[in-house]
Amino acid sequence: MTREEIQSAIFELLKKTAPDTDPTSLKPDENIREALNIDSFDALQFLVALNEKLGIDIPEEDYGKTATLRSLTDYLEARSQ
Amino acid sequence: MTEFLMPSLGADMEAGTLVEWKKKPGDQLKPGDIIAEVETQKGLIEIEVFEAGVLEEYLIEEGDKVPVGAPMAKLRSEGTPEKIPEKDSETHPIQEKEQVAESEAPVPTASISKERPSEDISSEEKDSEEKPRIKASPLARSIAEKNNVDITGITGTGEGGAITKADVEQAMAGKKELPKPSPETATEKDTMEKEAESETPSKQVMESPAPSSKHGQQESIRAAVAAAMSRSNRDIPHYYLEKKIDMLAAMNWLKETNRQREISGRLLPAVLFIKAVAKAIDSAPALNAVWDNGLQLKNEVNIGFVVSLRAGGLLVPAIRNADTKSPEEIMVALSDLITRARALKLRSSELSESTITITSIGENGADKVFGVIYPPQVAIIGFGSIVNEPLVHDGMLAIRPVLHVTLAGDHRATDGLTGSRFLEALNNHLQNPEKL
Repeated sequence: MTREEIQSAIFELLKKTAPDTDPTSLKPDENIREALNIDSFDALQFLVALNEKLGIDIPEEDYGKTATLRSLTDYLEARSQ
Repeated sequence: MTEFLMPSLGADMEAGTLVEWKKKPGDQLKPGDIIAEVETQKGLIEIEVFEAGVLEEYLIEEGDKVPVGAPMAKLRSEGTPEKIPEKDSETHPIQEKEQVAESEAPVPTASISKERPSEDISSEEKDSEEKPRIKASPLARSIAEKNNVDITGITGTGEGGAITKADVEQAMAGKKELPKPSPETATEKDTMEKEAESETPSKQVMESPAPSSKHGQQESIRAAVAAAMSRSNRDIPHYYLEKKIDMLAAMNWLKETNRQREISGRLLPAVLFIKAVAKAIDSAPALNAVWDNGLQLKNEVNIGFVVSLRAGGLLVPAIRNADTKSPEEIMVALSDLITRARALKLRSSELSESTITITSIGENGADKVFGVIYPPQVAIIGFGSIVNEPLVHDGMLAIRPVLHVTLAGDHRATDGLTGSRFLEALNNHLQNPEKL
């Protein structure tokens, strides 16, 4: 899976979670949840959806690595290898 | 013959618009069946029936807006064409079951009627008694009567929410601004509708948006929250308590159990809050109650969970019988409710049957939340974000994950001692998460 494919999946699922926002305008190191105003429940649903779409498991102890667009993309890219 | 009434989905609901009938005249009804979809301030709500019977006749049409308590349809209880006393309702599902068997799956009839004992009957009674129970001064009543003003749509500002002379006069003044049919020609329903449309700003907000308008929905939800919270602030003397809870054991337990779970089955801390509140009610049953001319304890523990909507406003659907559900079952129920609440698609029972409310800030937010009680309930429990704080543990200063839990109680119903006992029990339950 390419980095672009991962990022487009992230944008698609973020848009589903927070339809009133534009995830593509996120800065690479911005905190996603803060920027898009996503609560704990929606954050979990987003990770569940990522898991379903990409088939990549994200253990709870790795949630911290999913905070920004850059760290999340890095993490998923490494896990998809 | 009984009338099926527009149900009240909380203290803040005044009227609903019938969007679609889900059953036809002649259809058999079982408790729990969805009879209609109604547009309310809280979104498109599926309205359930609580009694078995046959839908005899529609009394309103799709598109009609009627106040809470107005008849929507006539129902006939099978085999007993006369009006049936409320008590008998428990026996109907069984009679019904045999006759329904060929067209409908019988399972829900038996199981639902069994699980829903006195609670539903009392809520039915509550609906049908809604009108006579309205508090109003004798003077206000007589003025209203003389001027053909229906007081059901008026929000009282007197003692205990009673409608005063001034309230009626204000309602009449508001009404004059709208064209209205002469009292002689107006039917009772018409008058009530006009009342419902003219009385308060919230109703006018409901008028304008089309059911599908998201923006209009958000505005009317805002108006519903405003009405409920204003009423709470006016009628309920709140007292507040706070307890600082060491969450190390609970967070460790969650981490461990989530490690073994698929991502879709993982639990959120809110699940533990809900279960711990449900169990702590054993120590202070008076908090699981409503205040309606006195304290009325509830047998079921239905926990209202505050769901905030992205565009503002909130809904409070209930997790029914939370005390008997496992943490996994609570997580499933919570996910379902939050998802449907945000899609503005809840069922009537979920909005009307809460017995106590929880509000939870979630991660990385405020440390404490002091709630405003949702009338007619008598308590709301507030959970702040879990934060690392210095805490004395075994005589030593330690950094621990700490949760600030608050209780806002209705001082007419309970005292601080009851609230304190509850928070202490809640703390004990959260120290033993494996037993939740």
